[in-house]
Amino acid sequence: MPARTSWIPYALIAPSVVFLGALFLVPLVQTIWLSFSAGDGFSLENYQRMAGDLNFSLAVRNTFLLTLVVVPLQVVLALAMATMVTKLDKGRDLVLWVLTIPLGISDLAAGLAWLALLQNTGYLNSALYALGLIQGPVGWLSQETPWALFFAIVLAELWRATAIVLVILIAGLQLIPKEFSEAAEIFGAKPWTRFMRITLPLLKPSLQSALILRTVLAFEVFAVVYALGGRNFPVLAGEAYVWQNDNQNYGVAAAYAVLIMAISLAATAVYLRVLRTRPEQLP
Amino acid sequence: MADIVIDRVVKEFGTFRALQEVSLTVNDGEFVALLGPSGCGKTTLLRIIAGLETQTSGRIVIGGQDVSNLAPRKRGLAMVFQNYAVFPHMTVFENVAFGLRMQKAQQTEVKRKVERAAALLHIESYLDRYPAKLSGGQRQRVAVARALAVEPAVLLMDEPLSNLDALLRLEMRTELKAVLREAGTTTIYVTHDQTEAMGLADRIAVMYGGKIDQIGSPLEIYATPATRFVGGFIGSPPMNFIKVQCSQGTARIGDAALPCPATSKDIELGLRGEDASLSPDGSGIPFDIRVVEPMGSHLLLTGSIDGQSARIVAPPIAKVNAGQRVGLTVDPTRVTWIDSITGRAIA
Ligand SMILES: Nc1ncnc2c1ncn2[C@@H]1O[C@H](COP(=O)(O)OP(=O)(O)O)[C@@H](O)[C@H]1O
Ligand SMILES: [Mg+2]
Repeated sequence: MPARTSWIPYALIAPSVVFLGALFLVPLVQTIWLSFSAGDGFSLENYQRMAGDLNFSLAVRNTFLLTLVVVPLQVVLALAMATMVTKLDKGRDLVLWVLTIPLGISDLAAGLAWLALLQNTGYLNSALYALGLIQGPVGWLSQETPWALFFAIVLAELWRATAIVLVILIAGLQLIPKEFSEAAEIFGAKPWTRFMRITLPLLKPSLQSALILRTVLAFEVFAVVYALGGRNFPVLAGEAYVWQNDNQNYGVAAAYAVLIMAISLAATAVYLRVLRTRPEQLP
Repeated sequence: MADIVIDRVVKEFGTFRALQEVSLTVNDGEFVALLGPSGCGKTTLLRIIAGLETQTSGRIVIGGQDVSNLAPRKRGLAMVFQNYAVFPHMTVFENVAFGLRMQKAQQTEVKRKVERAAALLHIESYLDRYPAKLSGGQRQRVAVARALAVEPAVLLMDEPLSNLDALLRLEMRTELKAVLREAGTTTIYVTHDQTEAMGLADRIAVMYGGKIDQIGSPLEIYATPATRFVGGFIGSPPMNFIKVQCSQGTARIGDAALPCPATSKDIELGLRGEDASLSPDGSGIPFDIRVVEPMGSHLLLTGSIDGQSARIVAPPIAKVNAGQRVGLTVDPTRVTWIDSITGRAIA
């Protein structure tokens, strides 16, 4: 038999390398380059302009606030739902299917759907008015009610993107043999103890994937926020959009993009480190 | 008092009946082996006793209390799982300590009991390792140690030594028996290995096809099997079954005549290979030898009686050759008569 030719594996991955290079690496390098150049060479001017902008610190604060509230809530909700779904005998696929419907809806459409519910003439106000709880339309999404707006965005994000965490966690739960939980039960562990001492530690790899995915996406949150609050609730990705389109300043927009990427990378690194499973602890 | 009463337990998986009305009483401190071939329902029965599976009908009573609807942790028992179920994210120490931790035992007590159980199972040197680094046999011993550490009143074990090599298995078997006897632990021990069941158990329950065919001491099961299955499953070589005609209380095979129970015309002579001896003058039941296998302690002769295949054990120095016809003498009190149609022994 002739020696196996060594170029075949490289040939096989070449298309994806080219694809990645052309559509991902090149724009990435260009963006980084763009953010660090102004006039005729290397400069931090774009970053200085970004940081000096009125909305900048607000956007940073809002983005982190949203992420810190939404992601943990989503994980807790998804854990609870996943535990319940895996306990179902009948109708499990149907329940899972219904729960994942929001995944198929684009984030802008989701934002608009919630806008229809919550705007001045929306369904919520109509319902509250019909019940006699309010005298006239109440503005939930205005600059005067920042907490109501924040709450509405959190709600919409929970509705829209919890299912992706759910799907990952259900897949992870199904990988854990039921004997571990059974053994714990035999030796006296109550349901909550079993969950904390057995299920959760064994679910760590899936939790890690779900957290990385959700956190990165949360730092990029834009369409839902924009649909519900416009610039009343500035976030980082929204500012990038404004600088790119309204201000036509690509350099500052690129600086925002690089900042979001840096934050995402840092968060990913933290998760990889804090939630790592040592190889000897794998089942 | 921790006796176990299994009362007409039935288990169905869909339309498949895995257990058909199984009843068994295990006395306080007794060691009962559930012995049977793979797929006969041993694990299912054990899981029902533990409460991990719900019986379709029937009751489980432990220590006088009906536990049929109690959660596993309220049944006061420990279990060794067939596939170990050793927690991968805990060290061996924490695995063995798990039950004690759940009982909120003091750290000094935990340490003492874990070390005792670990010493018994020879796993002291792996206490700070993780299970992934251990072999199957070592993990299995961790699972046994975890169950022993809580000093349970009732211990359920599902093939707990199946993955050990022969020598270690023999040693563990002896130590397990001594420890459990001393502690007075009521034990149900599932195995498909008859020598293990014979060596360990006060009584053996032989299971077949979701039923218990016979319950008795190892000697009873060996000497007076209740069914053709039990006779064929227990003993090495397995019992021989020779179809004979029984007329007027006598069965004739060649020039030998044996008294037989005249309850049925279709009966079989159940004969253990070691209960027949070569007659000095060639008289008795004719046996045509086909193969002679010297086993060291004895000769294993394979051949046929009246055209039906049979295995006979002969002394190691017997002068026999393949192709030879010899005569066998049989003690009529040591044979079993089986009804060919029902497969049950004729009492
Ligand atoms: N959860 C289950 N669903 C369907 N059939 C099962 C299930 N568990 C066991 N069985 C069936 O029940 C029978 C007995 O199984 P088991 O108790 O594991 O046998 P053993 O332990 O004696 O080898 C087997 O035929 C097996 O396929
Ligand atoms: Mg089994």
